[in-house]
Amino acid sequence: MQESLETILEPVTRMDLIKYSGASGDFNPIHTIDEEAEKAGLPGIIAHGMWTMGNLSKLFTPYYDQGFIQGFQIRFSGMVFLQDVITLKAELNEAKVDYLDFNVKALNQNEKVVLKGKVRFAKYR
Amino acid sequence: MYYHLIGKQSNKVKNVVERGLVKRFAESIRDAHPLFIDEQVGKQSRYGENIAPSTFPRVFDFGTVHGLNLPNKGLIHGEQVYQYERPLLVNEVLYCYTVIDGYDEKQGKNGLMGFLKIKRYGEDAHEKVVFMEESTIIITETVRKAMQI
Repeated sequence: MQESLETILEPVTRMDLIKYSGASGDFNPIHTIDEEAEKAGLPGIIAHGMWTMGNLSKLFTPYYDQGFIQGFQIRFSGMVFLQDVITLKAELNEAKVDYLDFNVKALNQNEKVVLKGKVRFAKYR
Repeated sequence: MYYHLIGKQSNKVKNVVERGLVKRFAESIRDAHPLFIDEQVGKQSRYGENIAPSTFPRVFDFGTVHGLNLPNKGLIHGEQVYQYERPLLVNEVLYCYTVIDGYDEKQGKNGLMGFLKIKRYGEDAHEKVVFMEESTIIITETVRKAMQI
């Protein structure tokens, strides 16, 4: 497993958020309907924080033959808008026999951190 | 305003990790990995079955905490934590429930903010916890006023 994992997402589309609403059951309309987002004082619809967090987890999916995400802790610090280009990153912080601790974050195209946290990847022996 | 709910627990609800929902969820986070959706790959994996993405528990029913009335709009999701004993297997049955873990209020620049900590658990048939998720929900002054509390 690499010490540094990174991927850049395709620009966020309304259809992404409609699909996530349906798949997750979170139908808060600020994620899909312009008027509702405006009523809430937002410049436009925003992605579910959990959509971005869910995307982040895929950095680790290819390694599930070696271990699994045991701990996943995220603080949401910024909003993600339509057409934003999100970069997902994980950097190894500490390696132990039983687990690897990563610092993880997601940034938008202006390098603003939209979420940040930690992943503990438990290793199979 | 939610202080009196600290420690309150919901009923337990039986949930199934449904194959179709796992596929749809994985696709929605652009992670349609064969380990989640291809039956043969699942069978041949160390898990012997397809597994669910780590944030999949969003879809479960975690029961109802009596007295907890949250508005369906205007809440801010501040933090989210997952802890797993192991990945969730497609088709497995989990018994899920909610515990109100904490509530606190702080004066912020936009008025009095409420911080509600909600823990949600999934147990197997032997009442062993398989996963826990913890959400911190921020209730702003604007939302509080709209709720007329």
